[in-house]
Amino acid sequence: MSAAAGAERGIGAPLLEVRDLRVTFARRGGPDTVAVDGVDFAVAPGEIVGLVGESGCGKSVTSLAIMRLLPERGNRVAGEVRMDGIDLLGLSDAAMRERRGRDLSMVFQDPLSSLNPVVPIGVQVTEVLRRHRGMRKEPARREAAELLDRVGIPDPRRRLGSYPHQLSGGMRQRALIAIALACRPRLLIADEPTTALDVTIQAQILGLLAELVAETGAALIMITHDLGVVAGLCDTVNVLYGGRIVERSQRHRLFATPRHPYTHGLLSSIPRLDSAPGEELVAIPGSVNDNLPWAHGCAFAPRCPRAMEACEQRTPAPEEIGGRLLRCHNPVPASAG
Amino acid sequence: MLRFVVRRLLQVVPTLLLLSVLVFAWLRSLPGGPASAFLGDRATPERVAELNRVLGLDQPVWVQYLRFLGRAFTGDLGNSQITGEPVLSEIGRALPATVELSVAALLIAVTLGIPLGYLSARHRGRPLDVATVIGTLVGVAVPVFFLGYLLKAVFAVELGLFPPSGRQSVGIDATNVTGFAVLDGLLTRELDASWDALTHLVLPAVALATIPLAVIVRITRASVLDVLGSDFVRTANAKGLAPSTVRGRHVLRNALLPVSTTIGLQTGLLLAGAVLTEKVFVWGGIGTLLAQGIEQRDYPRLQALLLLGALVYVLVNLLVDLSYAIIDPRVRLS
Repeated sequence: MSAAAGAERGIGAPLLEVRDLRVTFARRGGPDTVAVDGVDFAVAPGEIVGLVGESGCGKSVTSLAIMRLLPERGNRVAGEVRMDGIDLLGLSDAAMRERRGRDLSMVFQDPLSSLNPVVPIGVQVTEVLRRHRGMRKEPARREAAELLDRVGIPDPRRRLGSYPHQLSGGMRQRALIAIALACRPRLLIADEPTTALDVTIQAQILGLLAELVAETGAALIMITHDLGVVAGLCDTVNVLYGGRIVERSQRHRLFATPRHPYTHGLLSSIPRLDSAPGEELVAIPGSVNDNLPWAHGCAFAPRCPRAMEACEQRTPAPEEIGGRLLRCHNPVPASAG
Repeated sequence: MLRFVVRRLLQVVPTLLLLSVLVFAWLRSLPGGPASAFLGDRATPERVAELNRVLGLDQPVWVQYLRFLGRAFTGDLGNSQITGEPVLSEIGRALPATVELSVAALLIAVTLGIPLGYLSARHRGRPLDVATVIGTLVGVAVPVFFLGYLLKAVFAVELGLFPPSGRQSVGIDATNVTGFAVLDGLLTRELDASWDALTHLVLPAVALATIPLAVIVRITRASVLDVLGSDFVRTANAKGLAPSTVRGRHVLRNALLPVSTTIGLQTGLLLAGAVLTEKVFVWGGIGTLLAQGIEQRDYPRLQALLLLGALVYVLVNLLVDLSYAIIDPRVRLS
């Protein structure tokens, strides 16, 4: 779909609003780890929003916090996650269970481990239909077969009786997508849905997701470390670093002129077909372990080629610059793509 | 499936054959022998040699073995050197008592062990879990005979709640149908006999159940913890399923796979525990036969009992494998 269509769909009141989300993990015999540190973003109905960053940047924790699927103990979640104006974090467990799978649902990274190995696929699809749509056994089975058919699983009737290990990786992910979309949720969160799949299957699954959210009108939060996934799919992109959003922009603008040095580094590290022969890929030095605590400065400063003295002394505040959110003391000049 | 069962059953034959050689050689390598055990203080070399000749123990071991094997194929495992009775009929008479005790112990271990292990995992780190973990540690560590005497001292002697030993009270006129005392009472509608047998069964069954109970609790707990952290349980929660569905269909169904193996292994080990338990509670089953047989170096009886133990173990394992194929679709019998 085109960016214009995405922007068009983005008009109106947000479906989901995440405000100042903070997730802290308690560590035995040490200071708490702040995994998500004041994340704000909104998703409009039908919009496709990307959360991008490397491992440990807090993108998966953000999604699990929205779904309230973090482990019951050992963490603290603060802030607000508003859907239809209701704060999901304030709901009772029972009220949240009513919404999960019906209003918002999720597709996970590893389709094999995310499906119950000893329960037939059919049951794993029908149980969500029976739970939220109150369907009886037979109609639920017919609906499940239709769902499997819609996600492109051949011979869906027979597949209802198959177990996860009898399906290929791509088929399993299709089944998980069918489960997630079974009750036509208005928000789908996909956490690295293609990472565990063969490269040849990845594009198919992404295409399927894009097609289905367009068809059902669901909004999609796409969580990925892969800017290639973002490039083909997302309307708006949030780049996360160290648990905070460091840059947010409309997709085309982000790819054309990345302003945050981290975004810039991510884009420069992607091999391009049109690059000059012999040109070397630029890797971002260091790892997330080198982070500075946000309280003292910019977390990315120790790895940043553009770091100045100020970066290690003052925390950069988020600023709106020309329709883009940026958290940087010394951004990449807008002209230098 | 059928082919799998037949093949596994055929594998039992060489297993038992090999085991019979080992048992035969091992028993005869033990110091002392039936003659000196039987004669005791009156044993002189001449009398021992005389008795050995009568019992056929003066022959080379391989001759003895071939004789044993030849008779075994006709279903004759020899006569007990203590009673002179065919060992198979001895065993046949003692077997129901032991099976009854073992089944009761297993029922206790499974019906208490699985819920306790599950609850312990659900409340990990809380008082219930800590108490369970410590309790199971004690349960595994306390010797069966010690626990047996303790139970007897407290519940039979001090409190008088249960009879201290035996399978039936004196004066109970019970009809013997199957040899399973509780079952016989129900079959013949002699409910008082059934009840009497049940009260006799409680203490020894509890004593015998402790170790399998502790093991089942621990395995269930570990397994449930493992499954609770798995991705598919997260998926189940992401669907918003009712907690009971998540628990039953997604957690327990997977968590019980390793538990079923454990139950099988523990069943095989019950026989060993039964020897001590039967001794403490004067139960008069296979364990009693075995203990007596060892004291008296009763070769034919010991041979038969050890082979029986192996046979039970092999069959139980076959059952476990079969049940595994039923509950875990990833396992295909071929």
